[in-house]
Amino acid sequence: MPVWFRFSPSGHRFATMDTLSSSYQLQPARVRAEFIRLLPIALFVVAFGAAFGLAAVQAGLTPAQALLMSTTVFAGASQFAALDMWGSAVALVPLMVVVFAINSRHLLMGASLYPLLKELPATQRYGILLVLTDANWAVAAQDYQNGQRNLEVILGGGLVLWLAWLLGTAVGVYFGGLLQQPEALGLDMVLGCFLLAMALGGKKSPRVLVAWGISAVAAMVAYLWLPPHTHVVVGALAGGVVGYFWLEQKPA
Amino acid sequence: MSIETSTLGTLVLIAVMTGVTLLTRYGGVFLMSFVRISPRIESFINAMASSVLIAIIVPMAYEGDLGARVALLATAGVILVTRKPLPAITAGLVAAAACRYLIPGG
Repeated sequence: MPVWFRFSPSGHRFATMDTLSSSYQLQPARVRAEFIRLLPIALFVVAFGAAFGLAAVQAGLTPAQALLMSTTVFAGASQFAALDMWGSAVALVPLMVVVFAINSRHLLMGASLYPLLKELPATQRYGILLVLTDANWAVAAQDYQNGQRNLEVILGGGLVLWLAWLLGTAVGVYFGGLLQQPEALGLDMVLGCFLLAMALGGKKSPRVLVAWGISAVAAMVAYLWLPPHTHVVVGALAGGVVGYFWLEQKPA
Repeated sequence: MSIETSTLGTLVLIAVMTGVTLLTRYGGVFLMSFVRISPRIESFINAMASSVLIAIIVPMAYEGDLGARVALLATAGVILVTRKPLPAITAGLVAAAACRYLIPGG
């Protein structure tokens, strides 16, 4: 049983191993339940959105432009990085490289859900990927490791996170940051702690632990010596290589 | 090539950022549709999935201040003992806040 499940509304999850071969149908009731399930984390996202909104107007964007960027890009770290490059003119190729590098983790996140996503009709598959982001992916990935098929969290959780990001951005551009120093309350660590809780709440076989060790070393090497923003992809691929050569024994 | 942050220019820049980000959201799934999912590939994907999290968190702990590291340690401790995410995340935030209050600039 996934740990996150314990405080989620129960009774809505009945996908079991023997349904794994059938095609996937998104269930509206589960989408709503996942929306509620990620509401607590979305409240923190409002605070980050406010920080972005404030930084965006300070960088010279109009409120409407900041809101448009949050609506269509919906990738916080890359949006903050873009603000760093903002001025009277913005160099196009460096902007594209930085945004791509920071968001390249989405490539791996999407690929990791492919065994589930391929069961969806293409329109739904690419539709729900519009709101793919770290937190809803982490839940879906951990559920999948635990034998639960949960694409509803990508849609429902993604929507609540997206709305929170928009609401936060609006608060930030019109009212300034919600808090003078969010880091004094530890709020800058919400996402990091959330992702760590997801990782450690999952299955921990020797194979997984070795993959994590290799991933950690590779990520640090990339962080220190490779071009900026490459460490997530390098670390994740290095961990994946462990899986490629070390297959889990199937239970008899 | 640079684009001026006029009204139109800013719209173009936002559109470019949107396109590049969408490419990352769609690209991995699209490319996987050409790959035959053998047990070996599936094992690669599964090991990669949780490694993404580690590859985000470890450099975060490295670059972070003492408060950030204490937060991650507290979260790790609570999740391993209780297996409940919300108390673990709460413990992390409280630990970071307490650490930064007690040891300013730590």
